[in-house]
Amino acid sequence: MSGGVRHLYVHLPFCAHRCGYCDFVTLVGRRDGHDAYVDALLAELALGRASLAERPETVYLGGGTPTYTEPAALERLLQALPHAAEITVEANPETVTPELARSLRRRGVTRVSLGAQSFQPDTLAVLERRAGPEAVRRAFYHLRDAGFDNISLDLLYGIPGQSPADLVQDLAEAIALGPEHLSCYELEAKPGTRFTFAHGDELARQAEAMEGYFELVVETLVGAGYRWYETSSFCRPGKQARHNLGYWRGEDYLGIGIGAVSTVDGLRWRNSAKLTGYLGALAEGRLPPREEEALDPELLRRERLMLGLRLDEPLALAQVESVVDRAALARMEGLGLAELRPGGLVLTTRGRFLGGGVTAELMAESPAKSTI
Amino acid sequence: MSSLDLIRNFSIVAHIDHGKSTLADRILEVTETLSQREMREQVLDSMELERERGITIKAQAVRVLWRGHQLNLIDTPGHVDFTYEVSRALQACEGALLVVDAAQGIEAQTLANAYLAIENNLEIVPVVNKIDLPQADPAAAAGEVAQLVGEGPDRVLRISAKTGEGVEEVLDAIVERIPPPQGDPAAPPRALVFDSSYDQYRGVVAFVRMLDGRFATRQRVRAMAAGTRFEAEELGFFSPYRSPTPTLEAGEVGYVVTGLKDVSRLRVGDTLTAQENAAIEPLPGYKEVKPTVFAGLFPTDSDEYPALRDALEKLKLNDASLFYEPETSQALGFGFRCGFLGLLHMEIVRERLEREFDLDLLVTAPNVAYRVVTAAGEELEVHNPAEMPPEVELVEEPYIRASTIVPKDHVGSVMELNNDRRGRFHHMEYLSEERVLLAYDLPLAEIVYDYYDQLKSRTKGYASFDYDLLGFEPGELVRLDVLLAGDPVDALSLIVHRDGAYARGRELVDRLREEIPRQLFDVPVQAAIGSRIIARETIKARRKDVLAKCYGGDITRKRKLLERQKKGKKRMKQVGTVEVPQEAFLAVLKLGGERR
Repeated sequence: MSGGVRHLYVHLPFCAHRCGYCDFVTLVGRRDGHDAYVDALLAELALGRASLAERPETVYLGGGTPTYTEPAALERLLQALPHAAEITVEANPETVTPELARSLRRRGVTRVSLGAQSFQPDTLAVLERRAGPEAVRRAFYHLRDAGFDNISLDLLYGIPGQSPADLVQDLAEAIALGPEHLSCYELEAKPGTRFTFAHGDELARQAEAMEGYFELVVETLVGAGYRWYETSSFCRPGKQARHNLGYWRGEDYLGIGIGAVSTVDGLRWRNSAKLTGYLGALAEGRLPPREEEALDPELLRRERLMLGLRLDEPLALAQVESVVDRAALARMEGLGLAELRPGGLVLTTRGRFLGGGVTAELMAESPAKSTI
Repeated sequence: MSSLDLIRNFSIVAHIDHGKSTLADRILEVTETLSQREMREQVLDSMELERERGITIKAQAVRVLWRGHQLNLIDTPGHVDFTYEVSRALQACEGALLVVDAAQGIEAQTLANAYLAIENNLEIVPVVNKIDLPQADPAAAAGEVAQLVGEGPDRVLRISAKTGEGVEEVLDAIVERIPPPQGDPAAPPRALVFDSSYDQYRGVVAFVRMLDGRFATRQRVRAMAAGTRFEAEELGFFSPYRSPTPTLEAGEVGYVVTGLKDVSRLRVGDTLTAQENAAIEPLPGYKEVKPTVFAGLFPTDSDEYPALRDALEKLKLNDASLFYEPETSQALGFGFRCGFLGLLHMEIVRERLEREFDLDLLVTAPNVAYRVVTAAGEELEVHNPAEMPPEVELVEEPYIRASTIVPKDHVGSVMELNNDRRGRFHHMEYLSEERVLLAYDLPLAEIVYDYYDQLKSRTKGYASFDYDLLGFEPGELVRLDVLLAGDPVDALSLIVHRDGAYARGRELVDRLREEIPRQLFDVPVQAAIGSRIIARETIKARRKDVLAKCYGGDITRKRKLLERQKKGKKRMKQVGTVEVPQEAFLAVLKLGGERR
C-alpha cells in the first residue's frame, strides 16, 4: 500500500567536525555507529512507507555530512531507498573522492549539493571549514568525472572579514566551475552558536556595509545566465532543486532520521534529535519520540503565502486569498514591490530583495487563536 | 475636649534631604507617641490591621502630645510645583519649622517655602539640622536662616534629628512660639479640607483642619464650594495610626471618612460645614489652580485607554491641580492632554500612573499655555501646539522669575545659560561670601526644555533653582511641524521662538532619521514652519529583508519569525504610510526637556 507523499528527506547527522556557525542536528565522529543508524533509518522508512508514494519524485540526503557516513553504510542506505527522478546527496568537498563520486553515481544519485561556501582560504578558515579552495575545485571535478550533470554549489556571504571584492572573487570562481545550481546564503549568526559568540559583534558592525551583498550576488549570477528562481537559489534552465521546490510549493514531505521534520496531511512532526532514543525506539519497532504540530487549513495557507512568495513563479491567488491583506497588497503594488498578474501574485525584483518585509505586510492579521 | 489654648498646629518646611522625615520620626519618639520598639512593631501591626480590613488610609497629619499640649504635625510636599498644596497645608497651621541642613545652608526651595509661610502669617521656628555632620557649619547656616526670617541667630535652634540632640527644645519652641489656633467653638462648624485620599472600601477620606464649631460622627456634612452632601461615617486622627474619635473640635486636625465614591465631588481647598446649622461664609483660600505645563499622555497600548482614564480620575482626587481632557492624535491615538503645575508635578503624575496603576505611557514634549489672538481677533488659550492656529496676530507666553543660588564661581555660566534662554537679568545678591542668589525673568517654555540638565551640568550640580510665575508676555513664537513622508505628525509639533526654530527643526529631523527604522520605501523627514521647510533628511529605503534559508525543517520556525515581525508591526504607530516605533517617539519627545 502506498500514499501520496512524493518527497522523502533522509537526515544523516554525522560530521568530521562541527563548524562554528552550524545549528543543524549533527554528530561528530561516531564512525562505529553509522551502521546502526542506517538500520534505524530503514526501520523508520518501513514504518512510514505507507504514506510515501510508490515512486517518490525526490529523495534528499541532508546532514550533517552525508558523505562522511561510512561508505558501506551509505551504499547500503542508497540501495534500500526508493528510486526517484531526483536523488540529491549533500557533500562536503573534503569527503569527495573519485571512488565516492562513482559510488554515488552507481547507486542512482542524480544530483550532488556541494558545500563549497567560499573560495578564499581566509574566509574558509573563519568558517572552520576543513576544505581549502583547491579541495573544493577538486571535489567538483571528481563529481563531473563520475558523470554528474547536476551539481549545486552552496556559497556563503557576509562572512566576518569578507570584503565586496572577496565576494566578487567567490562568485567568479563559482561561475567558472559551471555548476547547474547555486544556493547563496547570507551567513546567519544564530544565537547560541560558537560562531555568534566569536564573531557576533563583528557581524553587527558590518551589517550596514553588507546590505548590498545580496544585490551583488543576484546581479552577478543573473548576469551569468542563472535564473533567480527562489530567494536564495539560482539555476540553469530546468535545473531547479525539485525536492526544495516541493517545500516552497507547499507539498507534503516525509523526513526520517534524528531531528527530521515531516509534513503530511496537515500534521507536522519533528523527530527527537537524541540519537539513543531514536535508535532504541526503532530497534523495538516503534516510531521515534517526536513533537507534533497540527496545521489547520488557515495556517497552511499562511505558510503557502510565505513560501510561495520566495519563488519567481506567480502564486495562484485562490490558494492564499483568505490570508492576504488586500489593502496591504494595493500598497505594495503602489510601491512597486508586488504585482497581481493573471497567473497570480508575484513579487517584483525589488520586492524580492525585501521579500520578508513585503510578506509580513501582505499577510493578513492572524485570527484570534494565534499560532504563536 | 481640648481647649484651643492647648493645641498647636504646625508644618515642617525644608528642602528635600534636609531632614524633614527624620525630624518627624524623632518627634514621634520623643513625645512617646511611639516608643523606639513600637516605632517598628506597632506601625507594622497597624499596617497588618489595615491590610486585613483592606484599608489604606495614609497619614497626612499626626497628633502627638507634649507637656500637656496637643501638637498636630501636618505634612507638606516640598516643591514649588505644589505651592497650592503647600499653601493649603500651611493654611491649616499657625506655625512652621523651617529646617535647613547645617552643611548645605539655604536652598532655592527653602526660600520659596519660607516666603510662602511668611505670606500665610505663620510663626516660623528656624531650625538648623544635621549639626552632627563633620562638614556641618551650623553658625553659617544659622546666619543665613536668621537673615531670611528676620530674627537673631540665637533664635535659630541647632539640632541633630539623627541623634535626637535638640529635638525636645524644638517641641518646647513649638509650644512657646507658635500661637494656639483661633476659632469659635460655638459657631457653626467650618473645616478646611487640606488634603484627601481615596480608599476603595470607604471612599474619599478628607483631611481637615477644624476652624470653628465641631463635627460629630454620623453628622450630615456639606462641602461648600462643590455643594456635595454626605454623612461623616467616621471621624478621627492619626497617632500615627488611625484613631477614631466621636468628635472633631475647633482647632483640631483630623480626618473625615465621607463614603463618597466619586472622587470629583470633594476638592481639596473646599470648606466642610454641617447641613443643619450651616456656616454662611466658606473659608478663604479655595481657588482653581491653573496648570502651567501641558503634555499629552497616551497609553502605549491603546486598549489601556479606559485604564488611563480611571487612573487620572483617581489621581485627581488627591491632586486637585491635575487637569486633563481627552485628546486624539493621529499618530498616538486616544489619550489625554494633561495640565500640571510644573515639570516636577508632571514627572510625579507620570511616575504614579506607571507605578501605581501599571500603565505604559507615551508622553509628548511638555509645553506651556499660550494666549493667542488670532488674525480674526479671537482670543484663545492654546494648550497643545497642534492647536496653534496658522495665522496669529499675537502670541503671549508665561514668564517666570527664576531664583538660582550658586557658588560664586558659577555665576558666569548661569548668566550665560539664562541669556541663551531669552532671560532678562533681574537682580543678584550675595547670601554669604561664597553663595550668590541670581534672579532672572525667563519664559517658562525655556525651562520646560532641557533647562535643568543644562543648569546641572554647567554648575556641576551645585545650583539650586526655583521659580515663581510672573504672568504673560508677547513673544516671537512660531509653530514648528514635523512631517514624515509629507504627513504632519501632530504629536511632534512644537511652539518655539523664531530665533531657535532652525536649530530645533534640525535636531528633530536628525533624531528622527536615527530613530525611525528604514522602511520599504524612502521616507523624507521634514521640519516646517507653516509651508516653509526648514530642515530635511531622508530615511533611505531598506535594500534587503529576507529570511535566507527556508526548507522543510525550518518552516514552522520561519513562520513564527514572520508572525513575530507582523506582531512587531502592530506595536508601531502608523503615521500616514510610515511605521514609527514607539521608541522613536520617546527618543524624540525626550528632546523636549527630559533628556538626562
